[in-house]
Amino acid sequence: MNYIDYVSMPWHKKAVYKVKQFLKNLPHNCGNICKIAGKKISSGIFFAGKEIKTYFTVFIKGDIRTKLSYFIMGSGCILRGQIVKGFAFLALQSFYIVYMISFGWGWIKLLPTLGIAVKKEYWDEENQIFRYIQGDNSMLILLFSVLTIVITFAMLTVYIMNIKVSYHNQLDAAQGKKIPHIHTDIKTLFSKKLHFVFLSLPVLGIIMFTILPLIFMVLIAFTNYDKSHQPPGSLFTWVGFDNFRNILGGDKVLASSLSGIFGWTVIWAIFATFTNYILGILLALLINKKGIKLKKMWRTFFVVTIAIPQFVTLLLMAQLLANSGPINIILGYLGLPAVPFLTDVTMARIMVIVVNIWVGVPYTVLITTGILMNIPKDMYESARIDGAGPIKTFTKITLPYMLFVTTPYLITQFVGNMNNFNVIYLLTGGGPLSLDYYQAGKTDLLVTWLYKLTVNQQDYNLASTIGIIIFAIQAVLSLVIYNSTGSVRKEGKFQ
Amino acid sequence: MKKVDENEKLTGSTVAGYGVLTILSLIWLIPVAWLIMTSFRKEPGAWNPYIFPKGYTFDNYIKLFTDTSLFNYPRWFLNTFFVAVASCAISTILNLLTSYTLSRMRFKLRKQMMNIGLILGMFPGFMSMIAVYFILKAMGLSQSLLALVLVYSGGAALTYYIVKGFFDTIPRAIDEAAIIDGASQSTIFWKIIIPLSKPIIVYTVLAAFLAPWVDFIFVSVIMKDNYNNYTVALGLYQMLTRENIYNYFTQFCAGAVIIAIPITILFIIMQKYYVGGVTAGGVKG
Repeated sequence: MNYIDYVSMPWHKKAVYKVKQFLKNLPHNCGNICKIAGKKISSGIFFAGKEIKTYFTVFIKGDIRTKLSYFIMGSGCILRGQIVKGFAFLALQSFYIVYMISFGWGWIKLLPTLGIAVKKEYWDEENQIFRYIQGDNSMLILLFSVLTIVITFAMLTVYIMNIKVSYHNQLDAAQGKKIPHIHTDIKTLFSKKLHFVFLSLPVLGIIMFTILPLIFMVLIAFTNYDKSHQPPGSLFTWVGFDNFRNILGGDKVLASSLSGIFGWTVIWAIFATFTNYILGILLALLINKKGIKLKKMWRTFFVVTIAIPQFVTLLLMAQLLANSGPINIILGYLGLPAVPFLTDVTMARIMVIVVNIWVGVPYTVLITTGILMNIPKDMYESARIDGAGPIKTFTKITLPYMLFVTTPYLITQFVGNMNNFNVIYLLTGGGPLSLDYYQAGKTDLLVTWLYKLTVNQQDYNLASTIGIIIFAIQAVLSLVIYNSTGSVRKEGKFQ
Repeated sequence: MKKVDENEKLTGSTVAGYGVLTILSLIWLIPVAWLIMTSFRKEPGAWNPYIFPKGYTFDNYIKLFTDTSLFNYPRWFLNTFFVAVASCAISTILNLLTSYTLSRMRFKLRKQMMNIGLILGMFPGFMSMIAVYFILKAMGLSQSLLALVLVYSGGAALTYYIVKGFFDTIPRAIDEAAIIDGASQSTIFWKIIIPLSKPIIVYTVLAAFLAPWVDFIFVSVIMKDNYNNYTVALGLYQMLTRENIYNYFTQFCAGAVIIAIPITILFIIMQKYYVGGVTAGGVKG
């Protein structure tokens, strides 16, 4: 089909065509992703293999000073006059050894079992009281083991660096070059290797507050760390893929909770994203309309609502819509029956979407106003001459243009809505609760379920499993959309 | 003749436009107006079966700052202010460093780092919340304001892509010209990149500053029952529990209005930059 055929199709056929194309491309895209992933992994293995090979060849080729730095870090530097650098390496090595002996190894050694000694209670006959023997704490074992592993990896990098530096020095010496002095080193660090300086702090922050916790939580998905296995009272241990098996079908209640909540999450994300998007654009268009005066004032009316913190407005709305809240009181005065806004499943689901419109539309107005003004005026002009009405101009010009410009924004919005904690949690708390679900209600999203399992139930293993599932869904979604829209971003297009 | 016709048509639809806008503004503004009105209401209680209060008073505001026995609002306000300033400073620095490096410098593993950042961003933030709590506890920092600052700003570098997208739109030719003129990387950063990307920087600064004022999830996990270190959001949230809501609802509204004032002011400043910022990062990134 060529472009002209496509353009002349009515909109519903276009939509069908697009969906067909998307589905047709889906295996291809997924295949591509797998291919890319495979390539990345194989190149990673190749890279590691090469590194290991150099590790041994350098050891064979290296002189005594280089060889020595395989065992005592920094010796290659110290023996060639790079005192500061050498001692820095040496200090790191000694720190690592002391750390491992005094702390790290003690935890790592317990990692395979996550502790065996349970906290024991025994009856002290003499004093007539219960006494306790302190046992292992699985949580601390896991946490500090992860920390030790991360530190070990960091140390390994430094170790390799130490060998490389030492070998470089050897080669430099062999060629009669001067071995770089500490001043020169610092100078290169601040010019050629400035990225090291700039990125060290941010990366440290990410490792401490994102990567380390993430490894810990991913590992927890493979344990039975739930409310009946809470350290220090009792231990938890590795259970392999049991949690995944349970949640994906092994345990009926869990599996039906997951599929039900996932289905609602997707429906919610679609509705929340598109109602906000389309209504926001319409409102922005209305404000931008030719005859309307005081545009700034109208816009401010809506935008001002953003300034009030979301949790305040949402809590107010929740009170407003409560069964004995003001709206139902007013309805009562009018002689109408009370409406179970937040306690009836269908009603609650509609209400969260409606309230989300109230919360979200001002943001869309804010963001789209500028873009709308950029749509070339002559397009509207010629459409008007061709006799297109306002609805036609909207669906044929405004919407396609906006979609084209804001696709990345829409994708982030969609993912953001899948994880829209505030609206759901503050408005309905996930309710109305359902017995079909495990500790969740009919408006719960995957994230709010995760939150409840973590904070209220302390079923950390399930929460982590759900977290990994959310991650997988998001990753696949982003990659597929990203690839099939073909809007692969061109970095440096403007540079 | 035709022109008159058109004008008439225009006024017709314009009137309809005004009508719709008025109704919509009312829908959006009534809750806000109601919140402000309630903050001045004399009689207590969450909901009364009438709309306009029987009497007006400043007491809700005054009590908020003087009656600190149960809810220490002034303390929470200062806490939030401290956390907001500190985390805003740290996260802006981390974010700018990362964005600048990834946008302007070319080095080994750069692409890989960006991909890892993208992947890490796909894990839901709450998932590691508990782990972060355990880590802070192991560091001896749990339930402290410093912990909160670290939590808000520690991972700031992960949101590099918005700022980096903006930096990418600044032509590299400018840098190259500056290098020929003898400028160093730091001169380029301070004298060229920063002034040219003022909108996006203002946007990130304000966004980082606002986050602690409205978040109550991370605070509740980290502070647990340490009331003294609560931030306003979590503190206000406590006022709406079943046993407090009757007595404290009007104070809750007053407290909400007080945080809304600085946010509104900042928002007016930010509004100018918001549109440019979000779309620049998103579309061209």
